[in-house]
Amino acid sequence: MSQIEQAKNEPKGARPKEQITTDPSDAAQRMRAGSMIIPVTPWVIAAVLLVLMPFIFTDNSAITIMNQMSITIIFALAYNMLLGQGGMLSFGHAVYAGVGGFFCMHVMNWSDFFAGLPLPLLPLFGGLAGMSLALVVGSFSTRSAGTVFAMISLGIGELIAACSVIIVAFFGGEEGVSGNRTYAQPFFGVEFLQQIDVYYLIAFWLILSALLMYLFSRTPVGRMANAVRDNPERAEFLGYSARWVRYYSFVASGFFAGIAGGLFAINYEILTEENLNTASSGVILLVTFLGGVGFFFGPIIGAIAFTLLQTVLSLQTELWAFYAGVLFVATVMFFPGGLAGLLMMHVPVFRLGKARLLIIPYLKTLLPAAIGLLGLAGLVELVFHYRHAATGDNEMTVFWTTFDSHNILPWVVLIAIAGIGLGIAKKTAPSLLEAWNEATTPDGGTR
Amino acid sequence: MDLILVNLIDGLVTGLLLFMLSAGLTLIFSMMGVLNFAHASFYMLGAYFAYQISLALGFWMGLLIAPLIVGVMGAGVERYGLRRVHQYGHVPELIFTFGLALLIEELVQFIWGKNQMAYSVPDVLNFTAFAISGNSIPAYKIFMIFISIAIFIGLLYVLTKTRVGMIIQAALSYPRTVEALGHNVPLIFMGVFGVGTALAGVAGVIAGPVLGTFPGMAFVLGSIVFVTIVIGGLGSLWGALVASLLIGWITTFAKSYNIAMSDILNGIGIVTPTDLEDNIFRDLWTVTSPQIADILPYILMVLILIFRPYGLFGKRAA
Repeated sequence: MSQIEQAKNEPKGARPKEQITTDPSDAAQRMRAGSMIIPVTPWVIAAVLLVLMPFIFTDNSAITIMNQMSITIIFALAYNMLLGQGGMLSFGHAVYAGVGGFFCMHVMNWSDFFAGLPLPLLPLFGGLAGMSLALVVGSFSTRSAGTVFAMISLGIGELIAACSVIIVAFFGGEEGVSGNRTYAQPFFGVEFLQQIDVYYLIAFWLILSALLMYLFSRTPVGRMANAVRDNPERAEFLGYSARWVRYYSFVASGFFAGIAGGLFAINYEILTEENLNTASSGVILLVTFLGGVGFFFGPIIGAIAFTLLQTVLSLQTELWAFYAGVLFVATVMFFPGGLAGLLMMHVPVFRLGKARLLIIPYLKTLLPAAIGLLGLAGLVELVFHYRHAATGDNEMTVFWTTFDSHNILPWVVLIAIAGIGLGIAKKTAPSLLEAWNEATTPDGGTR
Repeated sequence: MDLILVNLIDGLVTGLLLFMLSAGLTLIFSMMGVLNFAHASFYMLGAYFAYQISLALGFWMGLLIAPLIVGVMGAGVERYGLRRVHQYGHVPELIFTFGLALLIEELVQFIWGKNQMAYSVPDVLNFTAFAISGNSIPAYKIFMIFISIAIFIGLLYVLTKTRVGMIIQAALSYPRTVEALGHNVPLIFMGVFGVGTALAGVAGVIAGPVLGTFPGMAFVLGSIVFVTIVIGGLGSLWGALVASLLIGWITTFAKSYNIAMSDILNGIGIVTPTDLEDNIFRDLWTVTSPQIADILPYILMVLILIFRPYGLFGKRAA
């Protein structure tokens, strides 16, 4: 089909079709296709950090959080193989992790075989299960990217999630499938009774799979995935089948999602319908996008930030999902590059050696803005309490201060804080913009 | 025979309700190439607003005002949200509407709480219209059918017979030409988005009393609506109608006739294994049609996508 015909049949002619594109001026993107040479330093630092973390945060609950974080990182990286690197938006990716996890659960319960299997090998089975499913589903879903792909992924996701109550033999119905990881063959004497043992197992898989995923993005297939994302027609003209390139990415992503599922099975020893449904798929989309899809390390930041947000915020307020939703929509609207994009914006500034120019303007604008937003959040809490608390229960605590929510004073105070904070931020924003322009312009020249 | 008639009516109600949602969605899609993930959330907002209004002014004012508010909100979302995100491309647009759907659900929980609202059928319509051999058909169902058909005819009339409809149709296929002729195309887009979401709002107002008004109602119907327009062919209004009715009838019939998989398998000559308890296919043998009624649309969608990737009425090169 010619391009002209394509353009004619496009229903949305009014607005030119744009996609996330790579920035050729960026060093990371300039790397020669197929080059397998990778910068070693960040990986060594990451590995050392992973080893040292349990010595810094010795608390058991901290280790639980870190386990959850690591699993989310692997899953988010696998998801970004589709969204960021392949331009495919999936609304049902939890299914691959879930099926991988369920399969691992069954391996775990298959006592004769499991007794002879060292536990660290178990996630591999999850990966294979996720990959098998991706092989089947991808054969028809990767025919096109964009909206059609998104819809198919949603449909398949819903289908398999709904199957979990019907195919009881595999998904275990409503109560799910549970098992016991300690029945595995001891691995050099370690029986994985303690959270800390599991932590190192997960950390090992985290480094391994992150490295493999990074290497995958450097292979010719990985680079072609970027090309197909940016301009499928052109890739086709070069002789590459866009469909097969998408298919390879999809299968690889399914594999790593399955590994994340297997680690989930080891860590929690139970899988239920919740691991499959659209809500989990939505969460991983949120995590990945929050972190930033444009950079390899984006989902890592996203997973860390989101897990912290979830665990810390959900202890403080019932409304944490609401704040997460607001944050997500704000990210899509104002910072489509996510956290990683925001960070990388500062690289040129540091390169020019002008970072100190930004410190004062940042303090002047962001500090009042943060205070104003906290005031706003306090106001939201106040409204929520006023509307939903049981009658007679007028006392509430916001920011470690307890007061009567039916009194006028806290309302006035919070409105004042929000108004003044945001007002100052608005007032100083132009000077921040000016400083930013100054900091990103090389001396003695215009950009 | 009588039961078939009752099921036909029930399926028609479900199908037409689906159509009210999918019509707006497919119209918006063919215009902007954006699948509005938050469409079902506007349906939910319609139900909640109507409930709130019906407390003060009664059901009929709710039916009148709630869709208007929802439509204005939809137009606002297009103007201040989507138009901004559009510069980043299609995938971020889809992600934006997805985020919006999450946010609206949280917002509804924030304002109205997690429980189901006591939004019920108005007394005027709370009687049995007629009975088919003992199966009573409530008047409200007939009312729903009439409202949906009236809206469908109205939509068809506006789109094909009026000047506004002509301009909208022209803007669908040749937006730049229409713009060059002096029409404000972005305004048309905003209007269509507003009308589409208002239609979803109407669906919410009339479905709220029967299907329940609770925070999960958007997600219950939302994915089915997407399935509908994928089956019908993205961007096709007739396809949306046919697919909606098809899904409405399929699910209704599957729920009311208890067909067991073992009967079908026995019928084609496969004998039930004696050791069913240990058989790995035991779930396949015990499956019944009411059990899988809710996932039939998804199976249908997957089949359609495999054998006819552009949907029933979709254009070949969608």
